[in-house]
Amino acid sequence: MEYLTVLQILDSGLRLATPLLFACLAGLFSERAGIFDIGLEGKMLISAFFSAATAFSTGSVWLGLLAGIASSLVLSGIHGLASITFRGNQLISGVAINFLASGLTVLIGLSWFKLGGQTPALQGNARFQSIDLPLADSLSGVPILGPLYSEVLSGHTFLVYIALLCVPLTWYILFRTRFGLRLRAVGENPAAVDTAGVSVVGLRYAAVAICGVLCGLAGAYLATGLGASFVKEMTAGRGFIALAALIFAKWRPWYALYATMLFGLLEAISNRYPSLDLGIVTLPSQFMQALPYILTVVILAGFVGKATPPRAGGEPYVKER
Amino acid sequence: MEQLPKWADLVVVPLVGLIMAFVLSMLMVLVTGHDPIQALKLMVSGALGSTYGWGYTLYYATNFIFTGLAVAVAFHASLFNIGGEGQAAIGGLGVALVCLFIPWPHWTIALLAASASAAVFGALWALIPAYLQAKRGSHIVITTIMFNFIAASLLNYVLVNQLRPRGSMDPATAKFPEATHLPSLGDMLGAVGIPFAKGTPANVSLFVALAACVFVYYLIWRTRLGYQLRAFGKSQPAAVYAGINPVKITIITMMISGALAGLMAINNVMGEAERLILGSVEGAGFIGIAVALMGRSHPIGILFAALLFGALYQGGAELGLWTSIPRELVIVIQALVILFTGALDNMVRLMVAKVLIRPKRAEA
Repeated sequence: MEYLTVLQILDSGLRLATPLLFACLAGLFSERAGIFDIGLEGKMLISAFFSAATAFSTGSVWLGLLAGIASSLVLSGIHGLASITFRGNQLISGVAINFLASGLTVLIGLSWFKLGGQTPALQGNARFQSIDLPLADSLSGVPILGPLYSEVLSGHTFLVYIALLCVPLTWYILFRTRFGLRLRAVGENPAAVDTAGVSVVGLRYAAVAICGVLCGLAGAYLATGLGASFVKEMTAGRGFIALAALIFAKWRPWYALYATMLFGLLEAISNRYPSLDLGIVTLPSQFMQALPYILTVVILAGFVGKATPPRAGGEPYVKER
Repeated sequence: MEQLPKWADLVVVPLVGLIMAFVLSMLMVLVTGHDPIQALKLMVSGALGSTYGWGYTLYYATNFIFTGLAVAVAFHASLFNIGGEGQAAIGGLGVALVCLFIPWPHWTIALLAASASAAVFGALWALIPAYLQAKRGSHIVITTIMFNFIAASLLNYVLVNQLRPRGSMDPATAKFPEATHLPSLGDMLGAVGIPFAKGTPANVSLFVALAACVFVYYLIWRTRLGYQLRAFGKSQPAAVYAGINPVKITIITMMISGALAGLMAINNVMGEAERLILGSVEGAGFIGIAVALMGRSHPIGILFAALLFGALYQGGAELGLWTSIPRELVIVIQALVILFTGALDNMVRLMVAKVLIRPKRAEA
């Protein structure tokens, strides 16, 4: 394999990993605070739709981004209402949110654009443009590292770099601030946080809201960065791959980066080589598609390092009376 | 919060949830510029206004009875089997293998064998997540979600690379032999002199589904296993203290649940398509969640909820055919039903309690 091919696969892997990374960090905030969220997929989908629809209607991708985040936040609010205020089953709420997004995007899309559930193609300022990092051109002559910088790292859209910046930011917020400490505590032992006089409900709503913003970014990136319009069911299970990555990462930010990069890379490889010839065996494309899920099951099975979820995850908190 | 009377808990709360889901969905129809009354009328007449409509409604309902029961059995043991979709798909593989490769003399024997195969395949697909939950503590929801995706990839591989007839571009098996053809409801009712539309997909599997309802009722409330299963669902430590083996119960419950989901394949694969196609489950595994929640995990409730969702699906298809309202409206309704009868159940219950309990206090 040539070096250039490797670079192209890495480049495409980074692109494909970005929505996973946003969604994975979204799940990280939510689950660290003790709120399971299998509705990542739905929030991404609704944000993808509203960001594309708004970007097309206004011609501004920034307004699209805001609309996407806002729509994702609405679904987060429903999830919060169901799982925090009314202490319902968080998993069932997540299922409902996924269906709600899947139905609403088509229902609204069809009556808005009359294009069979799609939005028209986005052009010009209605999309995120790629950014060339400084010195990309002049450094491309440097052997090996130069092309790596100019081909792989440079030339992505704004949101890719935001996603990468979100990793240290998430780490800092969760492990170096008071808010982060409390947020993690509320996912492990909410009663202790409550005893300390900090609002469990408030912290959990904050976590769910952050999750909504990040899912909004993931969806907006899909429709206005990676793609150039909204297509029916365009998330195609990415919310669940992000969930898988979250477990793979054992609920830690830096590991989340590695896990999503791995899954993005897997997708890029299977896009480029539908069936992978390894010399001894030929892996069918279907195997490559299933690989993130299979790896997650293996991790969950605890054969390769144990993944321990936050202790109070999925349990509604009932204050003593 | 005061206790609601049992009848209110079982009937009024789900009904109020359902009504709220419908009102909100119809508002969505209004917002998107259509006439909700007209839409509702078309849905009802399309699903229930003719024996043709009933033929489809009952066909969908049969699917949903199986997947609804599957989710319900797991719910009783406090397990959330979200993998009905994958289990039903793998059940379809079981049906296809039995129908394609064994020559059957008569459909009755073929149906028995196909049912057994579908159930075994579905149960085996639930076995690994069940084992991982029971032995290694991996969360069953996550593993069953993963297994849905793995099932889809596996089926894709088997259909494209193994079972596809030579020369065909379709990712599907060959048509099943004539001997495995199941009699449709139209044929059966026609034989006893009741006129019923021909050419609708409802078939003899409906009766298997009804039998499955009876089976689940007896299993849950009339057997030792059912008692253990419910005890385990109510309190795991108490069940363990009472000598119930948690590993065994988890695995058996999930396998029964998987078998029920797998059984759905005799309806959609053997009864309707008569070959295995890609994506044959069409989301029925997930609708099972709505059906089980709506039906309060009781076979009778599930029967009605499955009928309701069957009618919704057929009505939605008619809507998509005759108006510019897409059939995805049904997905919105389904989502809201799951939301109000599942996740926001406590909210609905509080609202019902306010109405029901307040007046009594005023009297006293």
